Amino acid sequence: MIAEAGLAALWLAAALSLLQLAVALAGRRLGDTRAIVAPVAVAQGLLTLFSFAMLIWLFVRTDLSVELVAANSHSAKPFIYKLSAAWGNHEGSMLLWVTVLAVAGAAMALLERRLPERALHAALGAQAALGLGFFGFLLMASNPFARLNPAPVEGRGLNPLLQDPGLAFHPPTLYFGYVGLSVAFSLAVGALITRDVGPALARAMRPWVLGAWVLLTIGITAGSYWAYYELGWGGWWFWDPVENASLMPWLAATALLHSVNVLAARNGLRAWTLMLAVVAFSMSMIGTFLVRSGILTSVHSFAVDPERGAFILALLVIYVGGALGIFAARISTVREGARFDVVSREAGLVGNNLLLSVLLGTVFIGTFYPIAAEAMGYAVSIGAPYFNLVTSPLVLLLGFLLFVGPLLRWRHDGGRILRRATLPLVVTVLTFLVLFAVAPGMSILARLGLAVAAGLAIASILPLVDRKLTRTPLATWGMVTAHLGVAVAMTGAAADASFTKERLAAVRVGDTLEVGPWQVRLASIEPVAGPNWTALEAKLEARRSGGSPVILKPQSRYFSDPPTETNEAAIDTLLDGQLYTVLGRQDESGRWQLRLWWKPLVTFIWLGGALIALGGLLALIGRLWRERRRKPVHADPEPVHADAEVLA
Amino acid sequence: MNRRLWLALPLIVFALFVLAVGWRLSDPPDPTVKSRLVGQPVPQFTLPPAIPGKAPLSSADLAGKGPRLVNLFASWCVPCIGEAPVLMQLRRQGVQIDGIAIRDAPADVAEFLSRHGDPFVRVGGDMRSQVQMALGSSGVPESFIIDGSGVIRYQHVGPLTDADLPTILTELEKAR
Repeated sequence: MIAEAGLAALWLAAALSLLQLAVALAGRRLGDTRAIVAPVAVAQGLLTLFSFAMLIWLFVRTDLSVELVAANSHSAKPFIYKLSAAWGNHEGSMLLWVTVLAVAGAAMALLERRLPERALHAALGAQAALGLGFFGFLLMASNPFARLNPAPVEGRGLNPLLQDPGLAFHPPTLYFGYVGLSVAFSLAVGALITRDVGPALARAMRPWVLGAWVLLTIGITAGSYWAYYELGWGGWWFWDPVENASLMPWLAATALLHSVNVLAARNGLRAWTLMLAVVAFSMSMIGTFLVRSGILTSVHSFAVDPERGAFILALLVIYVGGALGIFAARISTVREGARFDVVSREAGLVGNNLLLSVLLGTVFIGTFYPIAAEAMGYAVSIGAPYFNLVTSPLVLLLGFLLFVGPLLRWRHDGGRILRRATLPLVVTVLTFLVLFAVAPGMSILARLGLAVAAGLAIASILPLVDRKLTRTPLATWGMVTAHLGVAVAMTGAAADASFTKERLAAVRVGDTLEVGPWQVRLASIEPVAGPNWTALEAKLEARRSGGSPVILKPQSRYFSDPPTETNEAAIDTLLDGQLYTVLGRQDESGRWQLRLWWKPLVTFIWLGGALIALGGLLALIGRLWRERRRKPVHADPEPVHADAEVLA
Repeated sequence: MNRRLWLALPLIVFALFVLAVGWRLSDPPDPTVKSRLVGQPVPQFTLPPAIPGKAPLSSADLAGKGPRLVNLFASWCVPCIGEAPVLMQLRRQGVQIDGIAIRDAPADVAEFLSRHGDPFVRVGGDMRSQVQMALGSSGVPESFIIDGSGVIRYQHVGPLTDADLPTILTELEKAR
C-alpha cells in the first residue's frame, strides 16, 4: 500500500500542476486568482513531499516487491546507504528533482511579496509547466513505485563505489541547486511575458539564485573531493561529461549572480540578466539529460535508456526552446536598462559576465563537440588537455578582473580608487619573479596561477579598507569571502598541478619508498572485514624527512554482492598538503603495487570552494535580512514602455 | 552582426545541440572495440604451444597460406564453450582455423579441447595476453580473418553463433 499511496500522491500533484498552469494561462479572465494559485502550489509541494517520503519508507523497509528497491538495495546494506539508495538511482533521483521543484514553487507562492501579482502568477505558471513535464516523465517513463511480481528474495545491491557518506549528500545538494535555478527561470519567463523587468524582479530572483549557487558550489566541491579520495586516481577534476554538467549551470549561475545585482541596484543589464536566468536552468536540465541519456560515456552510470533520453530531449525542446523563443520574440520590447560608463562597477561586472559566458561556451563545446563530430562522420574525444588549456587563461583573466572590479563605483568612476590595485599587482609580479627563482621548472600557466592568486588574495580584501567593519553590510563580507575563496582555490589548483610528486612501485613488505619529503615503509598487509566487504589492508609507516611515523591504511576492497573490487585510498592531511596512498594488486612474484602521491597545498582547492560557498551564504543571509526590513514593493518605480529597445 | 540575430543566437546554438543529440539518440554508439589493425599485416609474434604435442603458432604460420581464421579463446571462458560447435562446423566446411589460448594452463586447454572439440590446426599459448593486445583484441572470444598475404581482413568481437556463419564464410571468400 505504501507504494500505491506514493504513486497516487504523485498523480494528484501532477493534476494540480495542470490546474495551476491552466489558471496562469487563463490569467486575468478569471478575475482574482490569488485564492486558487497559492493553495494549489502549496498542496502540490506537500503531495510530492509525501510521495518522496513513501519512497524513503519503502527503502527503509527494504520492500523487495518494489522493483526499484529490489534493483538498488539489499537487506544486508548499512542503514544510511539504504536511505541514500532511494535517490542513488534514476527514478528516485527524478522523484527528488520533482519534489524540490514543487516545493520551490510552493515556497515562491507563499513567500514572494515583492513582485507585481501578474508577474508572480506568470512565474508560477511557468513553474507549473516545468513540473508538469517532469511529472509526466516520472509517471510515464520512470515510475519509481512499480511493483515486481513475484518479489525476489534478495535485492541487487548498490554500486559499492557509491557506499560512501559523500553519496548520501552530494547528489541531493546538486539537485537542490539545479532546481533552485528553476525559480530564476520561471521568474524570467514570467517577466518576459508580463514585461515586468526591473529591480523588483531582481530582488525576487536574487535569494533563489544565491541559495542555488551556494548549494551548487557545495555540491561541486564535495563531488570533487569525493572523486579525489574515492576513485583513487589522485586527481580532483577529470572534465568528465557529468562533472561538466554540474559545472555549466554553476558558471551560468555565477554570471547571473553578478548581473542580477546590477539589475537590482542600477536597473541595468535587463535583457542580459533574463537571458542568464534562462540559460542557467537550461544548463541544469541539459546536465540531467546528459547523465541519463547515455549519449556520452562517463564514470557516472545511470540506467541508460534511449527512450528516456528521447523523453527528456522532448522536454528540453519544449522548455529551453520555448523560453529562448519567448526571449527572442519579446526581448526587443523590454526597455533598455540604465546606461553606464566604460569605467564603472557595471562595466567590471559586464567583463566578468562575458568571461564567464565564454568559459561556459568552451566547456559546452568541449563536452558536446564529440557528438557533433561523430554526426559529421569522424570520431574525436576531448579531454583534460583541451579543457585545461582553454579554461586556464580565462580563469586567470577573471582573477585579474577581480583586482579592480569590486573597487569600482557604480555608473561612473574616475579610476582614482584603482591606485589601490597597485598593491595586488606588485604582489603578483613579485610572486611571479620569486617563483622563477625558486621553481624554474614550473609551467607558465601554473606560475601565473600562483602569482595571480597571491595578488587576488590581497585584492579580495581591499573592499574592506577604509570601511567601518562593524557597519559593513553582510553582503560585502560575503563578496570578500567568496573572492578570497577563489584565490585560495586557484593556489591549490596551481600548486597541485606543479608540485605534486608521484611514485608507483611494486614493493615487498618491509620495503621503503620515497616520495617528495616522505619515506613510506610498507609495514604489513592484513586481511580485514566490514559489514558487506572484505579487504586487504596495508599498514604504511610514513615519515617526513625522518620524523615520527604517521600510520596510513589503504585498502583493496572486495564487495561480495555484487562482486566488485575497489581501492580505498588512505590520505594523511597536513597544513601544507596531503600524502595520498593507494594499495593495488599483488603481482606474481609477491610484490605489492603501491601508488603514492605527495600533493602540496592540494586541500586549498576544496578549502577555497568552501570559502566561496560560505561567502554566498553570508550574502544570502545579508540580503534576506535587509529584505525583511524593507517595505514590500509592488511594482517597478518606473513604468515600462514597449517602444524603447536595446540589449542592455 | 544584426541585433536580432544576436538575440536569437542562443536559440540557434540550442537548435544545433538538439540536432546533434537527437541524431545520437536515434543512432546509439556501438560500444564494441574494433581493432585498428584491420587492413594491416599481422604483428610479428611467436607463441609456445598451448598444449604439448600440438603445433605452436607464430605470425609466420599465418602468411602465405590462404585465408585463415584465428580464434582467441580460453578454457576459463564460458562463451567460448557456446562458440565451440560453430568453430567445429567451420572446420567441417574446410576452413583453416588456428587458436590462441589466452592466459591458460596446458592441462586446462587440453581438457577444454577434448571436451568441446578441437577445430584448430595450430594452437599457441598467450600466457600474458601480449599477442592478444598486439592484435588489438579486448577480450575472449574473438576471431580474426587473415588473408593469404598475412593481412588482417576482419574482426569478430564476441562468440561466433550460427547466425554469423554466412558473414564469416563471405569474409573468408573475400580474403581469398
